[in-house]
Amino acid sequence: MNFRAITGNRLRDGAVVFYNNDAGWVERLNDASLYEDKATAETILAAAKAQAEKERLAVDVYAFEVQVEDGSRVPVTMRDRIRSLGPSVRTDLGKQAAA
Amino acid sequence: MNAPAFRADSGIPGSGIFGSEPDSNAGIYRYDDLDRRFVAERVEQFSNQVARRLSGELTEEEFKPLRLMNGLYLQLHAYMLRIAVPYGVLTTTQFRKLSEIGRKYDKGYGHFTTRQNLQFNWIRLEDTPAILGELAEVDMHALQTSGNCVRNVTTDQFVGASADEIVDGRVYAEILRQWTIAHPEFTYLPRKFKIAIMGSDSDRAAIRTHDVGVIAKRNEAGEIGFTFYVGGGLGRSPFVGKLVREWVPEQDFAAYLEAILRVYNQYGRRDNIYKARIKILVHQLGIDKFKAEVEAEFDRLPRPKFTLAHEIVEGIRARFAMPPLETLPADSTTFESHKAGNAEFARWATVNLAAHKTPGYAIVSVSLKPAGGIPGDITSEQMDTLTDLADRYSFGEIRVTHAQNLVLAHVRKDDLFDLWRQLDAIGLATANIGLIGDIIACPGLDYCALANARSIPLAQAISARFADPARQQAIGELGIKISGCINACGHHHVGHIGILGVDKRGEERYQITIGGDATLTTAIGDIIGPAVTEEEAVDAIDTMVEVYLANRTDGERFIDTIRRIGHGPFKEKIYAAD
Amino acid sequence: MPLIEDGRPAEDSWTSIPDGEPVPGDIPAIISFERWQAERDSFAGRNTKLGVRLKGGTLAPAIADDLDRFALVAVEFPKFRDGRGFSTARELRERYGYEGEIRAVGHVIPDQYLFLKRTGFTSVEAPEGTNLESWANALSEVSVVYQPGIAKDDPNPLINRWLKPQAAQG
Repeated sequence: MNFRAITGNRLRDGAVVFYNNDAGWVERLNDASLYEDKATAETILAAAKAQAEKERLAVDVYAFEVQVEDGSRVPVTMRDRIRSLGPSVRTDLGKQAAA
Repeated sequence: MNAPAFRADSGIPGSGIFGSEPDSNAGIYRYDDLDRRFVAERVEQFSNQVARRLSGELTEEEFKPLRLMNGLYLQLHAYMLRIAVPYGVLTTTQFRKLSEIGRKYDKGYGHFTTRQNLQFNWIRLEDTPAILGELAEVDMHALQTSGNCVRNVTTDQFVGASADEIVDGRVYAEILRQWTIAHPEFTYLPRKFKIAIMGSDSDRAAIRTHDVGVIAKRNEAGEIGFTFYVGGGLGRSPFVGKLVREWVPEQDFAAYLEAILRVYNQYGRRDNIYKARIKILVHQLGIDKFKAEVEAEFDRLPRPKFTLAHEIVEGIRARFAMPPLETLPADSTTFESHKAGNAEFARWATVNLAAHKTPGYAIVSVSLKPAGGIPGDITSEQMDTLTDLADRYSFGEIRVTHAQNLVLAHVRKDDLFDLWRQLDAIGLATANIGLIGDIIACPGLDYCALANARSIPLAQAISARFADPARQQAIGELGIKISGCINACGHHHVGHIGILGVDKRGEERYQITIGGDATLTTAIGDIIGPAVTEEEAVDAIDTMVEVYLANRTDGERFIDTIRRIGHGPFKEKIYAAD
Repeated sequence: MPLIEDGRPAEDSWTSIPDGEPVPGDIPAIISFERWQAERDSFAGRNTKLGVRLKGGTLAPAIADDLDRFALVAVEFPKFRDGRGFSTARELRERYGYEGEIRAVGHVIPDQYLFLKRTGFTSVEAPEGTNLESWANALSEVSVVYQPGIAKDDPNPLINRWLKPQAAQG
C-alpha cells in the first residue's frame, strides 16, 4: 500500500527533513508521519508548508509517495529514495551512512 | 605564426615579482587591494543577505536569485557551492585552500565541472558567509557561478603553454570577468549567459556551444582582434553558435559584448524559462536580423566610455606573471630512457601529454577518471599532494579542464617520470585523456535536484568495462558525455557518444546519440534508437566500439568513421537483437 | 509605498492616476503609457508636470519621441528578476539624453538599489513594508565597481585604473 509523507530541505543547512505531526521536522524517514489518503496529506502539507515558511525552518516542501514493505519505508521514486538515503555512488555519505 | 603570448615590454621581469612563494609565477590575474576590497564587500553583502533571509526579511523567492549569484544551489542532500575558477587557472595557495574548505565545511572531496569550476556538495547555508570569507583570503569567490547573469568565462586548459597558441586568451577572459561582474545593467538577464574564449586554431573550449564564443586572433599587421559567435547552447533545444562578426578589433571588445548583452536583455523572452536563452532569440530573429540589432547598438554605444583602451589591456596583462621557463634542449634523454624502460610510463606519456611551446617542457593532463571512479571528483588528500607536486614541477599552477580533469601546464620533460610516479601513488595517473575512459558526466540524480536519472553509475560501469589501458589506447580518441537530464550539463549533445538519462514511467533509461562534436566543427549528435537500461547502454557502447574497429580505415578516429559510414551500421548492430 | 532617493525616504510630489480616472491639471500626475498613446492630444495644453509609466515590456524607443513631454518616466519591474528596466533607464539617459526623473516602480528589492542608481534611476518606489535601513545600506555596502555606469556620482570604474601610470603594485 502507498502512503504519503511530507518532506523539505532545512533552510539553514539544506538537510533533507521530513514532517512529523507531533515532533515537527525530523531527519529520518522512519520518524516521519505517514498519511493514508491524498486529501489528508494535502491538508497537512498546506499547513506544514506555511509554518515552515513563516518560521524559516524549511523550503521546497512537498508530499511524496512511500511504500511500506516488511516494515521498511521505501519512497516510490528514485529521486525520493536518494533524498532519504544519500547518493547511491557514495554509500559512506548521507543518512544511509549514519548509525 | 606563433607570436609570443606576452610581449617583451609587458613589464614582467620573470620570477618572483609578486613574492617568493612557489606559486608567485602561477598564471592568474594578481589581485590588488581594490580587487580585494570588491570581494570583501561582496562577502559582507552576502552575509547580510543570509541574515535577512534567516530573519524572514527576505522571502525564499527574493533570496534565491541572491544566493544563486553567490554560487549557492539547493540540491538533493544539502546546499551546493560552486566556486569560480576564472578561466580554469589556480595557484597552489588557492588549491590548498579549496582542499581545506572541503575538509572543514564539506565531506573531504570536491567535484570539477564542465565549466572549469569546483563544486562542494554538502554545504550549509549558515556556513557560507564564513566559507566565502576564507575564499576571499586567497582571492577567490563564488560570484556569478549561477543565476541569470554572465557566468564564469572559460577557456582552453592549455592556454599560455600550448604549441599551437596564437593569442593567450587569459587577459581577455579576465577583462570579460571584470567587465561583467556585478554589472548594473546585466545582472538580471532573461537567463544564464555563458562565454568561452579561445586563442588557437584548435577549439578546446567548445566555443560554439556557448551563448557567446570568442576566438582571439591576429590580423596581418599582428594586431589582436576577435571573432564572435553567438547563440550556441545545449539543453532542451541545442544550437550551434552562429558567426556574428568575423573581426572585432581589440579596442571594441567590451563594446561589442555590451551590444550583444543589451539586445539580449531587452528582447530575450521573459515568459518561458525554456525559451529564454539567447540561442532562442537568435533563432527566432534569424542571424541577419539579430546581427543588425547588435551592430546598431554597437554603433550607438558612446565612445570613449566603452572603448577598451590598450593601456587597460596592458595594465591587466602586467598583473599576470610568466613562468620563469629555462632554456632547455627540446629532447630529454632522461625522459626518453624512462619511456623505453617502463611501458606504463610510456603509455601515460603518449596519452596524457601535450606539446608545450617551449623546448624541453610538456603539458601534463591529470586524469580524474580512474576506471570505475566518479568522474571529476577529487579528495582533499589528493588535492594536498597535487599542490606539492604543482609547486615542485609546475610553478605552483594548476588548471581545470572543461572535461573535468586537471592540468599541470609547464613541466620539464626531465621531471615527467618522477611526477608520473607520484601521481600514480595517489591514483591520479590514469592514462586515458581523450580516450573512452575519459568520460564527462554531470553529477546526475545522485546529487542534483534537476536530474531525471543517475549518470555516475553509468559512467562507472562504462569505465570499468573499458578499464584496460591498452584497449583504450587501441580504440583511440572517443569522447563519451553523459547528462542526467535535458539541461545537458554533461554536454551529451556534443559527445562522440552522448547519453541522456531519462525517466520512463518511473524507471531510469538512457538515450544514446552519436556523432556529436565539441570542437570548431561543432555538431549535435543524432539519437540512434529508443532509450535503454543502464546495462544495455554499456553493452551498446561495446557494440559501437566493435563496429568502429571493424570498419575504421588507417588513422580514423571514432568520430571520423561515423562521419564516413553514417549511423546505420551502428544502429543495426545495437538494436538488431531486439 | 515609500519613495527612496539617495538611500533615504523622500517626499513624493507625484500622484499616479489610474486609467479611466480624470487627470488633475494642477498637480504632477503619472499616467500609463497606454493612456498616453490613446489620449495624448488631451494633454496638449497641459502646463503642470506629467509623468508616464512604462510596463515591463515597453522599452525606451517606444517613448523616445515624446520624452520632452515628461518630467518623469516610471519604469516598471513586473518581477524583480525581470531586468529589462535597467536597460530602459540606460537607454533613456545614454541614447536619448533624458534628464528628467526616472523612477523604478513595481517589485524591486534593496539589493538592486546600486544597480538602479548606476543605470540612471533617480528614485525608487519601494514595496510596502520594506525595511528602509536596507535601502540605505545598499548604497554604503559597496564602494568599488569594475565597469562604467551612468550615474554622475558613480565611483570611478576599477577597469579604468590602468589608464593612469601605476604608482605601486597592490
